Amino acid sequence: MNSQLRWKFVLILIVIVICLYGLLGLPTFPTSLTQVKANLADRIKLGLDLKGGSHLVLQVQVDEAIGQRCDQAVDQLTRQVHEKNIIVGDIRRVDDTHIQVDNVDSNTSGAFRDLISTQFSDWTSAPAAGVVNGYLLTMRPTVVADLRRETMVQALETITRRINALGLTEPTIATTGRGDNEILVQLPGEGDPSRAKAVIQAGGQLTLNRVADDQPYPSEAAALAAKGGVLPPGTVIVPGKSEAQSGYPTQTVYYILDRAPIVTGQDLRGASPAPNGNNPGQFEVRFQLSTSAATRFGPFTEAQSQLSPKGRMAIVLDHSVYSAPVVNSRIDDSGVIEGNFTEESAQDLALVLRAGALPASIKYLEERTVGPSLGADSIRAGVRASIGSLIVVMIFLVIYYRMSGVNAVVALILNLIILVAFMAIAGAVLTLPGIAGVVLTIGMGVDSNVLVFERIREELRNGKAPATAVDSGFHNAFRTIIDTHVTTLVSAAFLLLFGTGPVQGFAITLIIGLLANVFTSIFVSRAIFDWHLSRKDRQAELSI
Amino acid sequence: MELFKGVNVDWMGKAKYFAALSLILLVVGWASILKNGGMRYGIDFRGGTLVYVRFAGPAPLDQIRKGLSSAGLNDSTIQTISDNVLGGGSQNDVVIGLEQKGQSDESTLDAGREAILNVLHKAFGTADAGGKPDFNSITKEALAAVLTEKDPLALGAAAGDRYNQLAQRLLAARDADHSGIVTSFDQLKNVDGVTPAVLNTLNNGFVLGNFTIRNVEIVGPKVGAQLRHQAFWATMYALGGMLIYIAFRFEWVYGAAAVIAVFHDVLITLGFFSLFHYEISLTVIAALLTLVGYSMNDTIVIFDRVREDQRLMRREAFPDVVNKAINQTLSRTILTSGLTFLTVLVLFLMGGQVLRAFSFAMVVGVVVGTYSSFGIAAPIVVLWNKYRGQGTAVRAGSAADKRVVAAARR
Repeated sequence: MNSQLRWKFVLILIVIVICLYGLLGLPTFPTSLTQVKANLADRIKLGLDLKGGSHLVLQVQVDEAIGQRCDQAVDQLTRQVHEKNIIVGDIRRVDDTHIQVDNVDSNTSGAFRDLISTQFSDWTSAPAAGVVNGYLLTMRPTVVADLRRETMVQALETITRRINALGLTEPTIATTGRGDNEILVQLPGEGDPSRAKAVIQAGGQLTLNRVADDQPYPSEAAALAAKGGVLPPGTVIVPGKSEAQSGYPTQTVYYILDRAPIVTGQDLRGASPAPNGNNPGQFEVRFQLSTSAATRFGPFTEAQSQLSPKGRMAIVLDHSVYSAPVVNSRIDDSGVIEGNFTEESAQDLALVLRAGALPASIKYLEERTVGPSLGADSIRAGVRASIGSLIVVMIFLVIYYRMSGVNAVVALILNLIILVAFMAIAGAVLTLPGIAGVVLTIGMGVDSNVLVFERIREELRNGKAPATAVDSGFHNAFRTIIDTHVTTLVSAAFLLLFGTGPVQGFAITLIIGLLANVFTSIFVSRAIFDWHLSRKDRQAELSI
Repeated sequence: MELFKGVNVDWMGKAKYFAALSLILLVVGWASILKNGGMRYGIDFRGGTLVYVRFAGPAPLDQIRKGLSSAGLNDSTIQTISDNVLGGGSQNDVVIGLEQKGQSDESTLDAGREAILNVLHKAFGTADAGGKPDFNSITKEALAAVLTEKDPLALGAAAGDRYNQLAQRLLAARDADHSGIVTSFDQLKNVDGVTPAVLNTLNNGFVLGNFTIRNVEIVGPKVGAQLRHQAFWATMYALGGMLIYIAFRFEWVYGAAAVIAVFHDVLITLGFFSLFHYEISLTVIAALLTLVGYSMNDTIVIFDRVREDQRLMRREAFPDVVNKAINQTLSRTILTSGLTFLTVLVLFLMGGQVLRAFSFAMVVGVVVGTYSSFGIAAPIVVLWNKYRGQGTAVRAGSAADKRVVAAARR
């Protein structure tokens, strides 16, 4: 063996060792066959379609957050205009990013414009079309874009905290890269995603508000009517459930609350489930407030408890009153949410409260659950079929090309080892479409070898000596192999860039497989041929 | 061993027949598509709900149908699926589908599944078993909790993680060895750590449900449209990339011919999908991409040889050059295609229900893709050369003329 050939084999050996180590030697170096198996199972990451689990795609309603910002601006503007004695007509929200102000008195329009440019820098103002003395405020596009981004980041963080708190194995939470407001949640091994879904979807916006009017009303209209058709300034009507009385079903009632909450979810220091002392079997959620919130909460509860009759406080979760208890005495830093909770639902609510509120609500776009048994069946069937067909192909190659066929078999096996090892090292996930990529890789691997062999045969038929025939066979096939592989690589790269989930899985496997293929069918196969030839007489017949 | 030695077929002379054959295949396939009112999209692209259910015995289709219609789910579909493509096999698996009602209603995404599950539980559920949990649908945590409580191994406080592990092994046996449904607890007696006492606990504490949910897919209609859109454009970009590369390496007409051939393959395969009532899903898209890659590979091998032979055979007419190139590569074409066909055929027959549509696309695609390389792509290049007047006319001229042309083309 000459030195050039020796170096080739050293290089091939290094590649094999690296691949085997990357595949079997991690995370801990194996000392027994069971450990090898465990490492292999650990290193080859299977996609949800093969392993079983839940796959959820959800959409964050970012426009809601923008709308909320708009509402806040309307509130603020109304107050400021009032304080500054600017005379205007109606101030209302047109859509998520526009506010219309009617009838700005011409004497105060300068002050109005001043107010907008100093206090409302997120907005641009222009005379409203077709409205005398009207103004249209528009949220700046950069502000909208920032708000969208912030909302997504915050939603992703909140959902991540909530899912992590559920204690499932290796969940994935990421943006899908498909729409700009979609989040992908993958829960491997989770056959029933309903609990995770409920936890994700829970709004988790907790506020404690003063109940402005002691009694609840059966309908919104009744509440309004009691106030002579106009709500007192700074109050809102919020629906809730009536307190449970034996014999009466709970019904929806309406409370008039202060719009501004005393404390919000951000003031929470902790929340935990606890058995309800009054109703055995039922659970409640207890929460603790931060010290800064306690300095507001203490005086407020004290004032409420000294009223006559004693004042009420509403515990509002996601714009619905959970309970509106009478405040009996001063409370500094803790409270209780009572409701018809089971242990699990109390746990989940506590978890949601601790993880913080979602900045906007969530809709589900897609949900796929693969049961573990189906995953196991598809792996078994897929692996059995792949191995079966691979063996048939290999037997055929050996019969048809004799010793050279053995060559091809070695190249094919090495190709597969490199493919699987690189997927393990890169942390790529093997999915069902990924298996498609493997099939194409094997097909092209066989093809590369057949191309070379047929070319060598042709050269031999043209009367060339074995060594020359091998040389020109590889030389001529090389160009074809490069062309076919680069073409497929180009398309795989496009699929990786523009495709989604399954299509990308296909592309990744294919790219790794094709690169491995070029190496094995040109470099490795050639080295083995050269080794055969170097051991023989130059004119001896080639086994092909 | 050597087959196909010294083949000499006038492929380009038969181009008319190839065109006719392709036309027939396209017309038949697409007539079927039109007759069926368009392509049959799977849930991925259409939106809706699919619930895969495995029953302990043959699926009671009539009962399911009755249950569904009494729940008002008249627009649902029921289909049995079999692991064995050759028919026979078990008839235990059904897939129940529900169209997404309302085009924009993403908020009720869950309702379809809930409705189907309710029907199943009502018709075949084990609610009357005195509150015993169903072993075939229990989670690992719940099973471990019951085992810990009943403590059949009398471990007491020392149980630690033992029952968790036992539960995991029991469920792994249920899912991996018995495809998710156990019909008798005796099937579990060989599981590591199972003693007669454990079996006894299982027997007394659990019932065995008649069915298990294997897979649930829910896709909102908007997502379906979006996925369709995206898969389509990703494929178009990939084709565009290939066209540019081949145009760069050969001539643009070669790139165009290869892409047209690939289009031809995809269109025919889609026709076959409609003829054989398969649905287009995301996995099928992966298969179509595979066959695009495969067909392209085949075409390039021939084009490569044409380019090479063109340099060697300056005197021959272009169609003869192409014929020779095809004949020279015929052996490898048939070998490679034959082996790949074998591979996907095994996958189709043995690969299980999940890979069925995928491998069907491959079986059709390998044959069509191989054929299109010499039947479609090569004739297009020949036709173009003839049209351009440089094929027969110039080549038939004197050697001197040709050298001038060759020089000018360089």
